[in-house]
Amino acid sequence: MKKTHLKRASALVLAALMAGTALAGCGGSSSSGSAASGEEKKGDASKGKVYYLNFKPEQDEAWQNLAKEYTKAKGVEVTVKTAAEGTYEQTLTSEMNKDNAPTLFQVNGPVGLAKWGEFCDDLTNSEIAKNLTSEDFALKEDGKTKGIAYVIETYGIIYNKTLLQKYCDSDFATVKKIDDINSFDKLKTVAEEIQKNKEALGVDGAFTSAGMDSSSDWRFKTHLANLPIYFEYKDDNVSDKKELKGTYLDNYKNIFDLYINNSTCKPTELASKTGENAETEFKDGKAVFFQNGTWEYDAISKSLKDDEMGMLPIYIGAGDEAKQGLCTGTENYWCVNKDASDDDKAATLEFINWCVSSEEGTKAMAEKMNFTIPFKAAKESKNALVKIDTELTKAGKTPVSWNFTTMPSEEWKNGVGAALTQYAAGTGDWDAVKKAFVDNWKTEKAKATE
Amino acid sequence: MFKKPKRKLYALIFVLPTFAAFVIGFIYPFIRGIYLSFFQFQIVSKTKFVGINNYLKAFQDDSFLRSFWFTLGFVVVSLVLINLIAFFVAYGLTIGIRGSNVFRTVFFMPNLVGGIILGYIWHQIFDGILRNLDMPSLVTNSDMGFWGLVILMCWQQAGYMMIIYIAGFQNVPSDLYEAAKIDGATKGQLLTKVTLPMMMPSITICSFLTLTNSFKLFDQNLALTGGAPLKDGIWTTRMMALNIYKTFYGEGRSAKGVGQAEGVIFFIIVVAISLLQLFLTRRKEVQA
Repeated sequence: MKKTHLKRASALVLAALMAGTALAGCGGSSSSGSAASGEEKKGDASKGKVYYLNFKPEQDEAWQNLAKEYTKAKGVEVTVKTAAEGTYEQTLTSEMNKDNAPTLFQVNGPVGLAKWGEFCDDLTNSEIAKNLTSEDFALKEDGKTKGIAYVIETYGIIYNKTLLQKYCDSDFATVKKIDDINSFDKLKTVAEEIQKNKEALGVDGAFTSAGMDSSSDWRFKTHLANLPIYFEYKDDNVSDKKELKGTYLDNYKNIFDLYINNSTCKPTELASKTGENAETEFKDGKAVFFQNGTWEYDAISKSLKDDEMGMLPIYIGAGDEAKQGLCTGTENYWCVNKDASDDDKAATLEFINWCVSSEEGTKAMAEKMNFTIPFKAAKESKNALVKIDTELTKAGKTPVSWNFTTMPSEEWKNGVGAALTQYAAGTGDWDAVKKAFVDNWKTEKAKATE
Repeated sequence: MFKKPKRKLYALIFVLPTFAAFVIGFIYPFIRGIYLSFFQFQIVSKTKFVGINNYLKAFQDDSFLRSFWFTLGFVVVSLVLINLIAFFVAYGLTIGIRGSNVFRTVFFMPNLVGGIILGYIWHQIFDGILRNLDMPSLVTNSDMGFWGLVILMCWQQAGYMMIIYIAGFQNVPSDLYEAAKIDGATKGQLLTKVTLPMMMPSITICSFLTLTNSFKLFDQNLALTGGAPLKDGIWTTRMMALNIYKTFYGEGRSAKGVGQAEGVIFFIIVVAISLLQLFLTRRKEVQA
């Protein structure tokens, strides 16, 4: 008798336990945070918490350390979580649904703001907005500052100075000085001559593989695609368009053709080449040119010394090429969650302001993260590629702005990427790229602004 | 006297944990999902009622309709192929060849690997083969993407279905075969008149599983082609589940609601088609 009782009792306990764990696993979902929409700073920063949902995986460690340092100095809890590459939108959506939603997150520009604007606090009168070096770095909606750019980045055609000099010194070289490469035609001549004499120069190709794998295709579907858009906007003197004419798409074709026909591999193999492939080719000295940006400095500085690397503007044969600079801009804007408690909001604002104005903060941003930040107290970054940009701007070149923040959607970029992949592989023609560029722009833009 | 009600009470208590999990993990999200399909929202605690607008938009969405036809084509082809392969492999492994157990294990193993990993591995394999043939990658040709997906799914699912068919074969009483042989049945007749009717329950289960699995396919689709290539603004190898996911995380404030509505429509389609299939195959089941 006793035995069966024991059995029953233990079964009951087990059942209760299971129910308990099942419930605990799913608890805590609904009930939104108390939405106090005060314009004035009401909260007490020392009582608040900061939860930062970081976008850049490569800087995760630096952010974690900076957060710890801040907690030690100010006694305010700072949590930093980083979304895995390419999943920021998904992570942000699910985190915002939680009770402890991020107090600090980021949007990529006007398109992101159109979607998340109702969650962004008005930062017009905040301390950090006043510390910006220029109004241009504030992301606005209806005249109110909703986002603050926190990093300025630059991209172009990075080159291996040693190899390019070797080319210039060769008999077959038409262009005898690196500084003479100042237009698309010159770049084309140089690339084609390097390609023709690749054995003599000991390289596999002029350009690194223009890989169309998702780890690399953003270099072309987003960054390279910025150029035709930039010149079209410039012609019409606008900063965004609902419909594109595609005036400079032939130039886009020319530069892409140059990349894929003078590279380390056959165009048909590009579909599966990765970002790492290109990076390795460049680091191993197997290619002279590598279209990428200042964020690559960490990786390439492991094999090239600072004076062995250079960066050229991406010439596509449009506009005033002699004055064209590198592509400089930002797609990283900090936003403060409007629905966070007043204390948390105050703590968050104080934290980000500390990051960009205090000695420790600016030092970490410049040296640990290699960021160039658009704030008055910014420290000079040790990034050699950033320095090249500064020099070019000083020499009177006009930086090409980042207009890809106005690209209608991820879907649009993927469409251009897929069309480019097919074009490179020979299974699609350039018309399909044009369609993906111009037609999809219109339909996706309509969706995004709904 | 009081034994019976007490038993019932225990039964209730034992069912409770699973029931609670079912309600929390299935019923509640399901109802909430339908509810949300009538709203515009970014996060679920801030919603705006929009009536049937999301459904109207879903039906106007070309990519949604196109993905339906693509998925349907895939379901038909893979339903037939997977079941044929599984059936004959199971048949081969029940007639007593040497090493049957080893083969069963080997054929079953692909099931133990996750869909995303499989998709990437097969992507590499296909691209490797195509490159050696000097042909462009899988992601640049929608026909090849389709057949790549079919090959991948056959490889992965056939082993699982095979196990069910093997169990089915072993359940056919041997006296039925003996009786049929005495009556002078040929080998072909044995298969069509005895084995097949007796196997109908297995066929029902297997076709139900392959049908619903293929309809809801997501991981493999994402990892193998990701929907590429794009043609005239439509992702040609994007199946319904992936398409809904992309809609949901698309730009614009109405994206999530429309994605939700498409999810509800998707659910209704899958339920309707699988009920039809169950009805059709159940009719053919016999009692020994």
